[in-house]
Amino acid sequence: MNDSYDIAIIGAGIIGTAIARELSRYQLNTVLIEKENDVANGTTKANSAIVHAGYDAAPGSLKARFNVMGNRMYEALCQDLQVPFQRVGSLVVAYDETEMKTLEGLYQRGNANGVPQLTIIDGKTLLAWEPHLSPRAVGALHAPTAGIVGPWELAIALAENAVENGVHVLLQRPVTDIKKLNKGYLLTTPEGTLSARMVINAAGVEADRVCAMVAAPPFTITPSRGEYQLFDKAAGNYVNRVIFQCPTPQGKNVVVLPTVHGNLLVGPTAAFVDDRTGVETTGEGLAELEERTRDRFVKLPWHQVITSFSGLRAKTPANDFIIGELSQAPGFFNVAAIDSPGLTAAPAIGEYVATLVTKSWGTVPVREDFQPKRRAVVHFDQLSTEEKADLVRQAPSYGRIICRCETITEGEIVDAIHRPVGAVSLDGVKRRVRAGGGRCQGGFCGPRVMEIIAREKKIPLTAVVKDGPESWILSGQTKSRKEEGR
Amino acid sequence: MKHWDLVVIGGGPAGLAAAIEANEAGISSILILERDQELGGILQQCIHNGFGLHIFKEELTGPEYAERFIDALKGRSIDVMLDTMVLSLTPEKQITAVNTREGLLQIQAGAVILAMGCRERTRGAVRIPGTRPAGILTAGAAQRFVNMEGYMVGREVVVLGSGDIGLIMARRMTLEGASVKAVVELMPYSGGLTRNIVQCLDDFHIPLLLGHTITQIEGKQRLESVTIAQVDEERRPVEGTQQRISCDTLLLSVGLIPENELSQQAGIELDSITGGAVVNQTMETSEPGIYACGNVLHVHDLVDWVTEESRRAGRYAAAYLKKRESLVKTLLQMTPGPGIRYLVPQQVSCPHEEQDLKVYFRVAQPCAKGELQVWSGEEVLMSRKKTHMTPGEMEWIQIPADMLHQAADTSREITLTLKSHP
Repeated sequence: MNDSYDIAIIGAGIIGTAIARELSRYQLNTVLIEKENDVANGTTKANSAIVHAGYDAAPGSLKARFNVMGNRMYEALCQDLQVPFQRVGSLVVAYDETEMKTLEGLYQRGNANGVPQLTIIDGKTLLAWEPHLSPRAVGALHAPTAGIVGPWELAIALAENAVENGVHVLLQRPVTDIKKLNKGYLLTTPEGTLSARMVINAAGVEADRVCAMVAAPPFTITPSRGEYQLFDKAAGNYVNRVIFQCPTPQGKNVVVLPTVHGNLLVGPTAAFVDDRTGVETTGEGLAELEERTRDRFVKLPWHQVITSFSGLRAKTPANDFIIGELSQAPGFFNVAAIDSPGLTAAPAIGEYVATLVTKSWGTVPVREDFQPKRRAVVHFDQLSTEEKADLVRQAPSYGRIICRCETITEGEIVDAIHRPVGAVSLDGVKRRVRAGGGRCQGGFCGPRVMEIIAREKKIPLTAVVKDGPESWILSGQTKSRKEEGR
Repeated sequence: MKHWDLVVIGGGPAGLAAAIEANEAGISSILILERDQELGGILQQCIHNGFGLHIFKEELTGPEYAERFIDALKGRSIDVMLDTMVLSLTPEKQITAVNTREGLLQIQAGAVILAMGCRERTRGAVRIPGTRPAGILTAGAAQRFVNMEGYMVGREVVVLGSGDIGLIMARRMTLEGASVKAVVELMPYSGGLTRNIVQCLDDFHIPLLLGHTITQIEGKQRLESVTIAQVDEERRPVEGTQQRISCDTLLLSVGLIPENELSQQAGIELDSITGGAVVNQTMETSEPGIYACGNVLHVHDLVDWVTEESRRAGRYAAAYLKKRESLVKTLLQMTPGPGIRYLVPQQVSCPHEEQDLKVYFRVAQPCAKGELQVWSGEEVLMSRKKTHMTPGEMEWIQIPADMLHQAADTSREITLTLKSHP
């Protein structure tokens, strides 16, 4: 491999994919490079999945600006890309007069940031809207523009659409070194080198290390781990909106919210960790979530938890996004320290960075044939009876239900494997079509999804992995001395 | 809209026995809807023996037991649709199902028997902290890989939970050359049958660690180790007892949950303890003409009792279809009292036959020696001395018809209790 590109984006999370898709509007030869074997495999797959209204960040900060801008872009973007998004609104709940004052401060800040339609509602209205809140609640800040989204679905859709518009995606290519060339940069990966005129560093919790390959980084990232618990769909109606508690000096506090898939999500905790791959859950973290919601809600149904997970926030002391060309390294752009509200801001950041890069480039003609919609995705479960009948008549594989908890068909799984940047693992299938994401967590459908992956990718069943390349599932065939492939 | 008199949802042991029994009773328009590609349900992956001691008076393997019923379908007017998933069920007994051949099917049934079975509790449900690597799977999923697909799921194994499938899989993995390092059980007693502890663990020198749990899972991509600890009376890990066991595979046998999503859609009342429908002695649910049997009703440890219970459902569904009369008017409430975890049926309805009532139940704690008592109000109707009862083994008691009548005429309630003798 010794390919040359105009632009190389390092990191295929929500930020990298958003930038890639924006750059695909231009006549540029862009490559998106990712160290994992799938896109959306870092912080993008483990966060609160909230599209924030924008009253949290300090006025004038990049966070405030891109939060409010990004929020406005969500409807159109998610419609184009067929990604689940619901503007359910959010509430910051106050339990006493001191907290009511905090709400007033958030309200003022929201107005300063340009957040529309903020109101403070009284306790009676609040409890009528959200009957599972503790009756001690006295009021709340209501932000109707806040929403919920499928974060990894969005990143996957952005990557797919970028590829449909000519972007190259290279997976399992950790960048180990970057050298300055006369014109541009040479990137080294274990698979070989590639050159690019400009480099965009969207490496998430690794962004300072990637930056250090070029120049002394002007920032240091300290990952902060957030643990979450996901509840069964039977608990999905426990709350109707995103429910925040008043922020504490430690941060935003625990959120309780419905997900776009109809589950209930509770989290996150916040703990600084050294290990940048340290996404384990802890007994303390899980206990903390129970403790911090106990007197705020009426009996959260903890027995309906179906899985726990954790993700890392890319924290820096300055607590603002770092976006721009590195002065010591022209053509090298940092898009770093993108912690909350990074998901909300991503569409606006993508647009802004594309503008920065193309300006710095000079004149770049736009791609006349840019296609903003990705190839349609079928969600069998969401079709009407007539549509289901028609679809199965045309394509019988949509008549075979593989994941019974989420009603996912073989047709959908095969499509997820063959789409651009298609699924290569069990978890990859789960993130794209939810097979295995339900209450049995793949107990029944896992073996069948593996068979489909093996068949479609023409690989032995023993080569099918759960997630990363070393996450093998089968050690070999029974009754064979030789362990096949392992 | 297609029509069948009786639609049986699920073609495992429960559905098969119910369908055959209804056919015996004179119903000739019967459809079995099965989501898997063959009949027999989970029995097909249970290649060990021990099935059929009560029903057939001989020891069969799971597939052999299933085969008896699959063979019995031959020559009967029972339709079967395989690889077919039921998407919805209404209280009016309208069913939407889908498969690759017939496409989307709309079916009107005269009566419905729910026989969807159960699923396994997962790691998420037991909330073990740690990483999320490959190599953690339910014992049943592992059983399918090993026994049906012919693949091994790992080499160094720890089993969490001593339910029957976990015990069976500890032996199975050992026989296939894996090293099973321990079976870890939270409770101070096993959740499985005594015979399985002897035959699957003791005979293979696999340690059973009672009163232990897993406190940590490690390994980035594939499981590398688990940490176990002793627990106190409140099932909390005891500090200082932690012990790390290196392993690449963790099998979970931490309970089974009846799969009642369809039942809930149809508005059927569920029992919060069993996780299955509330039924009367005919296995009829709160919806007239909809019956439930097998593991979708409550989790059984012996398939023989599934067969017996399912035949009852089939027989009464046939009677319902002939008379168009349901039995949902409740005559007697059946209540689990102290010492009893749950019992089935939960109701006796009228008009009921002049028959003794077989009540299945599980005890709440292990009991070496004790006395079962059947109460009607303040009066003890009957008592039975019992020994060696554990929650892992389902028990039953036969209540004579005259006692049911007596209770129906007075307190309208029957309570079953267990008094332990020291």
